[in-house]
Amino acid sequence: MQNSASTTRRSRFTMPDITSLALWAFGLIILIWVIFRTVQTVRSGVYGIDTWAYQFVNGSVQGAMYALIALGYTLVYGILFMINFAHGEIFMIGAYAGYFAIKAFDDAGYLDSNPILTLAVCFFIGMLTPLISAVFLERIAYRPLRRAPRLVPLISAIGASFFLQQAARLLFGIRIKVYPSVPILEGSWQIGGVIIRHLGVFIIVVAIAMMLALQILVQRTKIGRAMRAVAEDKDTAALMGVDVDRVIMITFAIGGALAGAAGVMWGLWFKQVIHTMGFIPGLKAFTAAVLGGIGNVPGAMLGGFFLGLVEAILPTALDISTQLKDVIAFGMLVLVLIFRPTGIMGEVLSEKKA
Amino acid sequence: MNFNHALRVGIRTGIAFAVVAIFIILTGMVESFADRELLLVGTLGTVILIILGILPGLMAGRTVFQQAQSEEKGTSTTSVLLAGSIAGFFVGLSEAILVFLLANANLRTVLVNATQDLYEVLTFGLPTTQAMLLWLVAGTLLGLMGAALQIAPGRARLIILALFSLWILASLLETEFLVFLAVIALLGLFTRWYTGRHLPSGTPFKQAQWRHKVFFGVVLVVWLLVMTVGPAILGDYWARVLLFVGIYTMLGLGLNIVVGFAGLLDLGYVAFFAIGAYTMALLTSAESSLGLEMSFWVALPICMVTAAITGILLGFPVLRMRGDYLAIVTLGFGEIIRILLLSDMAKSITGGPQGVLGTAPPELAGFVFNKPLHYYYLVVLGCLLVAFVSARLVYARIGRAWVAMREDEDVAEAMGVNLVRYKLLAFATGAAFAGISGGIFASFQKAIFPADFTLFVSINVLVLIIIGGIGSIPGVILGAAVLVGLPEVLREVDDYRILAYGALLVIMMIVRPEGLWPAPRRKMELHESDETGPDIAPVSSST
Repeated sequence: MQNSASTTRRSRFTMPDITSLALWAFGLIILIWVIFRTVQTVRSGVYGIDTWAYQFVNGSVQGAMYALIALGYTLVYGILFMINFAHGEIFMIGAYAGYFAIKAFDDAGYLDSNPILTLAVCFFIGMLTPLISAVFLERIAYRPLRRAPRLVPLISAIGASFFLQQAARLLFGIRIKVYPSVPILEGSWQIGGVIIRHLGVFIIVVAIAMMLALQILVQRTKIGRAMRAVAEDKDTAALMGVDVDRVIMITFAIGGALAGAAGVMWGLWFKQVIHTMGFIPGLKAFTAAVLGGIGNVPGAMLGGFFLGLVEAILPTALDISTQLKDVIAFGMLVLVLIFRPTGIMGEVLSEKKA
Repeated sequence: MNFNHALRVGIRTGIAFAVVAIFIILTGMVESFADRELLLVGTLGTVILIILGILPGLMAGRTVFQQAQSEEKGTSTTSVLLAGSIAGFFVGLSEAILVFLLANANLRTVLVNATQDLYEVLTFGLPTTQAMLLWLVAGTLLGLMGAALQIAPGRARLIILALFSLWILASLLETEFLVFLAVIALLGLFTRWYTGRHLPSGTPFKQAQWRHKVFFGVVLVVWLLVMTVGPAILGDYWARVLLFVGIYTMLGLGLNIVVGFAGLLDLGYVAFFAIGAYTMALLTSAESSLGLEMSFWVALPICMVTAAITGILLGFPVLRMRGDYLAIVTLGFGEIIRILLLSDMAKSITGGPQGVLGTAPPELAGFVFNKPLHYYYLVVLGCLLVAFVSARLVYARIGRAWVAMREDEDVAEAMGVNLVRYKLLAFATGAAFAGISGGIFASFQKAIFPADFTLFVSINVLVLIIIGGIGSIPGVILGAAVLVGLPEVLREVDDYRILAYGALLVIMMIVRPEGLWPAPRRKMELHESDETGPDIAPVSSST
């Protein structure tokens, strides 16, 4: 990726090469098409303001969940320069753990009599289980490969991802599990014809609280400083007395817990849990992390919300089938990687990181 | 003499394997294999339980043994046996606890496989307490046996393991297939031994080259004979199995060019397979919306060309990406193609979820290919072509440019390798191979659906080239034979296939990243890093 920096410098004096020219033309065509379709849809007035607002709220909720998962990718990438491919599966484990917790409480009747405690326990278990899984994942599948060429841990991560997904299928069965609905979060507010569900607001608030907590952890605490030091330079950090292995373990733990929280939220919002649920959100969250500039914590949050909103609003704006929602997300990933690989908030990556 | 150490190793290994054992039992593996009878005595389920008991003993014994060796203290038989039996005891204990829980608690609400059937398999029809005691004793004894196997002289261990695998294979396979397999294995081992052998120094180069050529000529002829006559004797079922091995061999060789030679990790490889298959179906089927009804022989090159063009089109945007990013983006492309095939947008052409039906069979001078055996010969020809082209390409200018690019893009570019051209060429060649494979697949299947082209195909192909040996042509063939052939033989395995692949990928990466039959250069490269200094994120990534 450091190539692009040198090409831009060169391009002041010489003609840009044919490849970048073609790529820019390609990007421009897509941009013009998107704007054209959007203007067309808005002018035709097929959708009223309530549809747009509804999509906006849905997109924000979805985006909050993407952001939480994306943080796990970004934290790990910042430190190890590897894509934790199995992160989506950690998210899935969180959703399952939360499901079994809330189901047990619901069967015992606590969900009606003591809903706040139930939710707290559900989130606690739904975050603790993926946290432990993520730590074990790092210990078994990644730590022995710390010094291997980069393709090696990536393949190991793909293997771990499939292993975890199938393990969930075989242990918990292939039937879809349905989250019970939480009575206190069922209602909704109505503001000028726009319906806003309590559950959505709850998810956004909890997600933002968690992100703020993470930001404080990374910026203000001792362990946060150690994490930043390891991300900057492992060897020097080790010489300064930072236990690199421990920091990496904690990074995975934090990422796992956040993904688990996102999993529980996913369960509460979409109500369904199945073993394959981790794959697509995992990819989307990675896209969000890249959008925000991978390795950058606030960037991942922004990227998550951005992707959630785009995914909700763009199919409506372009007036195409929502079947193609995933195509939009991947298309955006490709475009970002071509034109601004450092993401919205990313620094210019040095050769080592690129 | 260091009993404390042995004790600690035993406990640690025992607990780790206890977790593994409980996990495997709860995935339902033992239960579903309990019906598969073996030759003379026992079932496959019991064999799994026995292996789960012996393995911890073996591993614990090995750790203690190696520790003693490295400290040059001489091995103490007692401590090895102690470690083994302790480890076995813990596995037995975990199984006893599982039996207890199955009898007294309702695990079914969470774990679907914790059924009454499992309880009966695990207790062997005994009352709970007796079964628990039995597990404790059996676990310890099995652990002891494992440790004893570790101490046993190498030759004895080899014979025991060989007899054991022969027993399992003999009970699962038909005799004819066993013989066929044995012939192939012997041939493979011989080839490997010969190629790995050094000629006596001083042999003139010309003469060495000539001997090599003659040898490979002879081996090739024998291989061809075995591969043509074998399936004809074995019958349609085995021809079908080998046909799929062949289709995956072609895919593997194609991906091997992209990943193994050029070092571009492509996770969306299934897209080209799908393009090839859909092109074949749309061009030849009488029911397709295009209504062309072309002949198979005309359509096959078109499949190749369309796939190659798609390869270039998809390769173009990712020219500047490296390693991890490339992997994710190509994965996205694979999914996009599948979603597009499924979507309403292309439904009028591709038929959406209903796919395309009625692909015409190939015809040659009045002879219609309609049996798996006929297609098998077609696939063998395809494999030969693809293997020949890749074998020639590695040593050609193109292949050397690819390898240079894989090792270090910047240096390769500085040395005059046109990155754009060679990357696109790699994508196009790999895609073309997948296109042929897809065309034959569509023709054989008669009907294709978007569901045939999931990400799992890409992963399957990636796994087989990695297990076989990345960058190595015989390795890819071996990988395809093992990973595609084996699940066909063991139908029950199908449920556990992806689980096993995942575990295999992780284990291979840790234990033997170069694969079973590695390319010499690759092996060197992967073991080079063992000696280099503490550079944690190698800059010269091979990705």
